[in-house]
Amino acid sequence: MAINRAFVGRVFPPSDPYEVSRVKIAEFAAAIGDPNPLYRDRAAAQAAGHADVIAPPTFPIVITMAGSGAALADPDLGLNYAMVVHGEQRFSYARPLTAGDVVTAQVTITDIRDAGRNVMLTTSTDLRTVDGELVCTAASTIVERGA
Amino acid sequence: MSDQISYDSVEMGAAIPVVSYPVTRLSLVKYCGASGDFNVIHWNERIAKSVGLPDVIAHGMFTMAQAGRFVTDWAGPRAVVTEFGVRFSSMVVVPDNDAGASIEVSGQVEEKLAGNQVSIALTARSADAKVLTRARAVVRLP
Repeated sequence: MAINRAFVGRVFPPSDPYEVSRVKIAEFAAAIGDPNPLYRDRAAAQAAGHADVIAPPTFPIVITMAGSGAALADPDLGLNYAMVVHGEQRFSYARPLTAGDVVTAQVTITDIRDAGRNVMLTTSTDLRTVDGELVCTAASTIVERGA
Repeated sequence: MSDQISYDSVEMGAAIPVVSYPVTRLSLVKYCGASGDFNVIHWNERIAKSVGLPDVIAHGMFTMAQAGRFVTDWAGPRAVVTEFGVRFSSMVVVPDNDAGASIEVSGQVEEKLAGNQVSIALTARSADAKVLTRARAVVRLP
């Protein structure tokens, strides 16, 4: 099934608010095997100039993947998830994501193009606090492998 | 966690020595739970092999997280990451044994930028394959 090119430029509604918690950050840091105190110890994070513990640089994927997963599940897009692999990931940070942040993810499909037998789909996801502060933008390229 | 480095002390072209990070099946199970990415190719050998993979493979984002740890450990607690990007060029294959696999990350100071920022070019390898390309982080240093 072909991917619907008409989705390029589509901006999806923001996700429901996601509350970044100290417990989730600590769980994520443990899962990546990173003992950094900035992810667990509030005093250490504050000594480094943060309001509370901060999240590791790749933590925003937890929030953006949920947002883009919902957007890309639109049956009219025609993406075959069984054939999808992660091609590229980029983050641009205004500041570290911090425990206590309440953020929404807003996904835009920025590009769909052929690469040989594969199709590459790129999304850009803005993470903003519910007060409208842009914290992080994540650009993700996924590759649907050709059969 | 490492000592703090300063912008002034960083030299362009300086090499950041390789660090090896282990990855086992348990790492992947934990990463599935923490990230919410339960794609079966990261924990089910039978299905991974049935879709043409050599074995269970690590999440690309797990590998990227190791590269992130390499950067933040080098840069120190008062550094802040402002940009981080990678391309996933090869799989990290994780066998069902006690040793698992390893990801070797190294880096080089690529450029000193305005605003006390430094860009780091990263290399990540596993089982002799280059698993990340175009991998780069920018950190703001004190």
